[in-house]
Amino acid sequence: MQHLDEIVANAQQQIENAQDGNELEQIRLQYLGKKGLMTEEMKSLGKLPPAEKPAAGQMINQAKQSIQAVLVARKQAMEAQALNAKLAGETIDVTLPGRGAQLGGIHPVTRTVERITEFFAELGFEVKNGPEVEDCYHNFDALNIPAHHPARADHDTFYFSPDLVLRTQTSGVQIRTMENSNPPIRIISPGRVYRNDYDQTHTPMFHQVEGLMIAENVSFTQLKGVLHDFLHNFFEQDLEVRFRPSYFPFTEPSAEVDVLGENGWLEVLGCGMVHPSVLRSMGVDPDKYSGFAFGMGVERLTMLRYGVNDLRSFFENDLRFLKQFK
Amino acid sequence: MKFSEAWLREWVNPEITRDELMHQITMAGLEVDDVQAVSGEFTKVVVGEVVECGQHPDADKLQVTKINIGSDQLLDIVCGAKNCRLGLKVAVAVVGAVLPGDFKIKAAKLRGQASLGMLCSESELGMAESADGIIELPLDAPIGVCVREYLQLDDVMIDVDLTANRADCLGIAGLAREVGVLNGLSATEPTWDNVAPSITDQLAINLQAPTACPRYLGRVIRGINQDAVTPLWMVEKLRRCGVRSVDAVVDITQYVLLEFGHPMHAFDLDKLEGDINVRLAVQNEKLTLLDGKEVKLNSDTLVIADQHKALAMAGIFGGLDSGVTQGTSNIFLESAFFAPLAIAGRARAYGLHTDASHRYERGVDPLLQVKAIERATQLLIEICGGAVGPITEAVSAENLPSQTTITLRRSKLDGLIGISIDADRVKTILTQLGCEVAVTAEGWKAVAPSYRFDMEIEEDLIEEVARVYGYNNIPNIAPQAALTMPLHNEATLKIAKIRDVLVNREYQEAITYSFVDPDKQLRLHPQADALILPNPISKDMSAMRVSLWTGLLESVSKNQKRQQARVRLFETGLRFVKDEMAENGIKQQEMLSGVIIGNLNDQHWNIESRAVDFFDLKADLEAVLDLCVDPSSFEFKAEMHTALHPGQSAGIYREGKKIGYIGTLHPSLTKPFALNGAAIVFELELEQIITRKIPQAKEVSKFPSNHRDLAFVVDAQLNAGKVLKFIEKNGGTELVGINLFDVYQGPGVEMGKKSLAIGLILQDTTRTLEEQEIADSVNKIVEAVSTEFNASLRD
Repeated sequence: MQHLDEIVANAQQQIENAQDGNELEQIRLQYLGKKGLMTEEMKSLGKLPPAEKPAAGQMINQAKQSIQAVLVARKQAMEAQALNAKLAGETIDVTLPGRGAQLGGIHPVTRTVERITEFFAELGFEVKNGPEVEDCYHNFDALNIPAHHPARADHDTFYFSPDLVLRTQTSGVQIRTMENSNPPIRIISPGRVYRNDYDQTHTPMFHQVEGLMIAENVSFTQLKGVLHDFLHNFFEQDLEVRFRPSYFPFTEPSAEVDVLGENGWLEVLGCGMVHPSVLRSMGVDPDKYSGFAFGMGVERLTMLRYGVNDLRSFFENDLRFLKQFK
Repeated sequence: MKFSEAWLREWVNPEITRDELMHQITMAGLEVDDVQAVSGEFTKVVVGEVVECGQHPDADKLQVTKINIGSDQLLDIVCGAKNCRLGLKVAVAVVGAVLPGDFKIKAAKLRGQASLGMLCSESELGMAESADGIIELPLDAPIGVCVREYLQLDDVMIDVDLTANRADCLGIAGLAREVGVLNGLSATEPTWDNVAPSITDQLAINLQAPTACPRYLGRVIRGINQDAVTPLWMVEKLRRCGVRSVDAVVDITQYVLLEFGHPMHAFDLDKLEGDINVRLAVQNEKLTLLDGKEVKLNSDTLVIADQHKALAMAGIFGGLDSGVTQGTSNIFLESAFFAPLAIAGRARAYGLHTDASHRYERGVDPLLQVKAIERATQLLIEICGGAVGPITEAVSAENLPSQTTITLRRSKLDGLIGISIDADRVKTILTQLGCEVAVTAEGWKAVAPSYRFDMEIEEDLIEEVARVYGYNNIPNIAPQAALTMPLHNEATLKIAKIRDVLVNREYQEAITYSFVDPDKQLRLHPQADALILPNPISKDMSAMRVSLWTGLLESVSKNQKRQQARVRLFETGLRFVKDEMAENGIKQQEMLSGVIIGNLNDQHWNIESRAVDFFDLKADLEAVLDLCVDPSSFEFKAEMHTALHPGQSAGIYREGKKIGYIGTLHPSLTKPFALNGAAIVFELELEQIITRKIPQAKEVSKFPSNHRDLAFVVDAQLNAGKVLKFIEKNGGTELVGINLFDVYQGPGVEMGKKSLAIGLILQDTTRTLEEQEIADSVNKIVEAVSTEFNASLRD
């Protein structure tokens, strides 16, 4: 059957040389179509003696199948090639920047306030806000700072009138909150405060977060416990912390809290047990309840946390500065 | 308060190092702010005596001396100081000495004369900024002794930042008492013999305001030596406490102030006429103060007066006319107790703050006046000589502070601190602090010492116990509280969420000052009657903001100057609007405000750049409002605002209530605010958008939706928003979506008209809508819109 081998070899050759699908179809018709060579071969079987027919038929079928297989393979190769060519043409530079709005960012002071309030919210402290133009009762008197107290002079207060000021601390919020609620209470009040002072280390406006907890049996040990946990959370380091006796008219005992930084001790917050006069201003019986309060400067903590060197940069709103915080 | 460590250690000398001492007092609440050496570093400077002193043969301004430093040979030293003279005891830097600044002393020849060392001034030894001449040591200074040791220069000046309650530590005596308590030692006072009166001169003292001045002591001293010089030891002690030497009398009063914390005053006796009256000033009474300034006194100010006139502001500042001068030889010495409430705030009212007022307003020991005047007298006589009259004392005993007995309960002490401190320890601490302590059934009773104005109530004692026990010896314990879940209101939107939306749309949060430039603010809000700060940092920070725009626009301008062409900022914060109905007459509302300027995008390889406009900002704002899940409650109405472009501004309404504005900044404001390009701004009341709807889910239809596009021709002036709202309201239940997809004016549409192309989506949740039903619905809408707006369908 030299003849059949020749046909198959020819077909293979033609298929290999085919350039596109049309050509392949022509070849398929030429060999496998109704009038194709292999169909003709099948027809010629009739002339053979019956004993030889099965063997010859099988051989023709084999030849047909091998042509068929080559055709399919070639077709698949062609499709793959075409797809590759198409994909190659669709190649993009994946390193080019994406399209659409980029991300802005929140102010670093807000970021710090959010972190602090989150920590305390987990302990059940509720966030409370209050007015920034404040009367002297809430800013001073109710906090045990009477008219001529030296602490008032220390505050560099912005006065609108003898009885109206820009709040020098957010502590007034504590008084206001307690006017409408009873112990046990846990609140935290972040916000803007104002002092009439402007130089490299002071801006006339800055932010404080103050906290207050009043309940039965609240003690100094607990104040220390809470603030220890807070500072470790805030700096995410087991920094050495010390409580140093200090004086605030609204707390007693009072303390300032320092953390040990690379260049020595740094004061980070003030705190104490709420003064009985302040508890009374809040309508709380100091013999039944006790409380602690603490306050911290947000900018100072932010500077320590993120390595900001100039306090004033917080309010210049220079995008090159702000964009570092997302 | 600055003080010398060496002086303190004369009183109490615990066996601890300097660093330990400073740590100890800091941790006791007397925070050490600063420590400075009292001199520079130097070596080989000894006490010498000028035994020969003559003019340099070849130099007018130099003298040639021989100095005895106790060695075999006298030293030849050439000196340029005017005060160098025979017999003087001097500080001699010998050859090989190294002075501050690494200045090495070598053998030298000055204009031909050998000089084997140098006679030193205070500035050369780092004891002063400048000096007129060489140091004049006391005549009894031992020759040859190291000057460092002789002057105790291995001393430091310690600056403690004393809190307002610790007036008792405003003198060496009080500091020593405190250090004694911390170390279990008692402080030793210096001793002296009181000077016995040798003359009988007295001035009568009338306490005319006994609540303000319950105790006043005075004495006459005659014939003091006008030329007396303050001895070096005193000058040095004053210097090391931050006080400059003035003259002997003033220095002595300052010395007693530093030593005991008790202010003293000396009058020139010859300037006084008649009795001493301690009285309140007559309103507008004039007094010329020691610094030469004349003040008009208020009637709440206590003065020391004679028969005719006010002499001094009691406890605050002396008067010029009655003050001690170079020519004074007779003085009247004052030692008084003025009540803190009579002094507090007064000095500040006159813009004054003195060592005396600082102490009196915090509280001076009311039992110390005799000791103070005796000490000052003794020092005066020792240094200036003179004859002393008897002490005249005027007292109003009932007005002196009473020493109250304070009860300290064990239960309160333990409750407030959180641990139980041993009873003996408590008693020891309070006793050492100067209290008279008695143990009772419930705890202790203590009488506070007269110098502790801050010990009045139980908590004061608890603080003292905790402080001396050591805050850092008290453990940290987590509080225990009931696990009550606070109420959370889902309908209240968290501001953080609003911030997130803006941040995701490329806004940067800004924080601007709450006080702004009043002129700039008036340009934006000409009708605004802003709250003005009477004493601002500067005029451009003097008006409380009535909107956040002034600050934001200034930030935009500053950023543009720093080459940031694209700026997108937002801020939240209070605005301050006068309102008689509001608390304290000021409505303080939290606002959300934003501004964009420049191109919509950064220059991009694939996005065409264009400047931002109204609709860019509006989309951002709509995204924020979308958080409320209540879009139909909001409405933008064309509305003018003084700060905004008249044709590109809108009022923002929710449920018919105006809550803010959005618009393009008025072009006339671009220049005054130094802006480059058109800024688009918005501002709204935060409180009005933090209430959101809690979603109530509707079933999603399984049936196909049907889209129909319509083009209405309407009056060009008509706001499209009105048409959309109208369709929304009247479109029937099957209308589930509406979208304005084209606005057209031009060929094909009549002049003065515009075409609004609107897509409608109709759908039912229970079935597929029939073609006829859809056509009916659409026709109904077309008819309604045509009637309402005089609209027609575009052909």
